[in-house]
Amino acid sequence: MEAELKDMWNDLESLKHSLTDPSLRGPVDKLQLHVERLTNLSKSVPVRRSKVKDMSAEVVDSNPYSRLMALQRMGIVENYERIREFSVAIVGIGGVGSVAAEMLTRCGIGRLLLYDYDKVELANMNRLFFRPEQVGMTKTDAAVQTLADINPDVVLESYTFNITTVQGFETFMSSLRNKSFSPTKEGSGVDLVLSCVDNYEARMAVNQACNELNQTWMESGVSEDAVSGHIQLLIPGETACFACAPPLVVASGIDERTLKREGVCAASLPTTMGVVAGLLVQNTLKFLLKFGHVSPYLGYNSLKDYFPTMEMRPNPQCSNVACLERQKEFIIAKPARDAAAMAKMEAEALTVEEIPLHADNEWNISVVDEVEIETVGATSSDALPEGLVRELPNADESQHPPPAEPAAPSLDDLEDLKRQLEALNS
Amino acid sequence: MEGWDPNTKSTLTQIPLLTTKAGPRDGAAWTQRLKEEYKALIAYTQMNKSNDNDWFRISAANPEGTRWIGKCWYIHNLLKYEFDLQFDIPVTYPSTAPELELPELDGKTQKMYRGGKICLTIHFKPLWAKNCPRFGIAHALCLGLAPWLAAEVPILVDSGMIKHKDDTTSTSES
Ligand SMILES: [Zn+2]
Repeated sequence: MEAELKDMWNDLESLKHSLTDPSLRGPVDKLQLHVERLTNLSKSVPVRRSKVKDMSAEVVDSNPYSRLMALQRMGIVENYERIREFSVAIVGIGGVGSVAAEMLTRCGIGRLLLYDYDKVELANMNRLFFRPEQVGMTKTDAAVQTLADINPDVVLESYTFNITTVQGFETFMSSLRNKSFSPTKEGSGVDLVLSCVDNYEARMAVNQACNELNQTWMESGVSEDAVSGHIQLLIPGETACFACAPPLVVASGIDERTLKREGVCAASLPTTMGVVAGLLVQNTLKFLLKFGHVSPYLGYNSLKDYFPTMEMRPNPQCSNVACLERQKEFIIAKPARDAAAMAKMEAEALTVEEIPLHADNEWNISVVDEVEIETVGATSSDALPEGLVRELPNADESQHPPPAEPAAPSLDDLEDLKRQLEALNS
Repeated sequence: MEGWDPNTKSTLTQIPLLTTKAGPRDGAAWTQRLKEEYKALIAYTQMNKSNDNDWFRISAANPEGTRWIGKCWYIHNLLKYEFDLQFDIPVTYPSTAPELELPELDGKTQKMYRGGKICLTIHFKPLWAKNCPRFGIAHALCLGLAPWLAAEVPILVDSGMIKHKDDTTSTSES
């Protein structure tokens, strides 16, 4: 096509020069301009780039990783290329999950496992990532379509089912256990699970799976009024699990009673979701590539631009059995952990002199006091930093002794009970 | 129980409470829980019938009792509107409530999540969490579905989103 257009341009050029009436040259110039635009358009037709074997740090405009590898040259990240060894599972490919998936894809993550049972709808178009022509596709398939185009080096797996059902949960667990991508890896088959779901039920299912698999994960959420959000790091046994205490929400500062809920379920904004996805993936990169401080909890109140942080210890009375097992293991492993930390500190003390010091605070800037309070999952909301509230109350199991069971032995056979209900139903 | 109408409140207090905290992956404990679920559902259905307020049918769709299907209906302007009802028992049950689905109404109301899951009031989840494990399927229907139908069916009918099955005067909807 390009050659055809070039010929056309040349023909127009000779036509222009053969014209005796100079006033006719104007329209020919216009035609040539159209041909030039068409030539440019024909060049922008999508081309799929081929896979690259190694991440190169070479600064040329054909290298998709040059700016990322620069992180290594600048000394921010020690070994950026390790990113290709990591597997990340993203549960919920909505306003946060899809953007997180795109960010990790562009960063060159090794493998992404994508979970969602929904389809793309026009109502999703106020958020980022999905395109109108993908309406009707499953979110996982539409995501794989886009992500594979952006970066063919990433191994993409699409899982389309509801993880809260018994069967979906088992499939979810076995997909996380699958180690075919890196057979020598310890633990499960993934390095991190990101929860980007929009409901409590699905978060509790992710929590259950990660507690059972001893799998580190990060939680993320955006409030139903679309103006606040949070991310949280959960390490089974070491930090509070999602069931250790009722879930936290960042208070928007709006009085719940004045919030109008008639006729709506939830609002959403691409901005809040994009910010939360960015915070989540930044924490993910720091966790995987071991740089900076990995936030245990970071809230975002967009109305006040306020970012509360805190840490939560596990609740020794957690209702989740797997959480209690992980807590026990964590306590047993304490001496080994302490010894390793000590050895690391000593090693660092030896090398500290070699590092050029940037310690002189030339601008004399002091960082504003962080709202960092360590709380135990068990404590009530009075121990929470300002701006954070509990979304749900604790179960008051102990306060109400169960009512005495009526003595009705005939009522204790399951089949009998089923028949009784069916009789009432007919 | 702030935010609930007195009728829902008094009905709720008459449904037997459950005691076994077990989910569908808990083997024998789940069977015990299932028995308690049936007892509560039987008592609730009997109560509705004797109060002339029978409004749902529900039964387990598989032997494990993890999937339930049935019908629910609501009377508006003397006409009965009936809908298919279905839900799964989540793996984290009873810490989390079942998500009740009315698939026929999917996409017809804002008060619904994808797949026809009804959108519960802000009062439901706190009350459910507080009462874990004492609330079961019967309580979820009473606290979740009954108020939802009472609030949404009149709006759906009046806005023309749903029509009575005998209404043949106007052209059929999509
Ligand atoms: Zn826990």
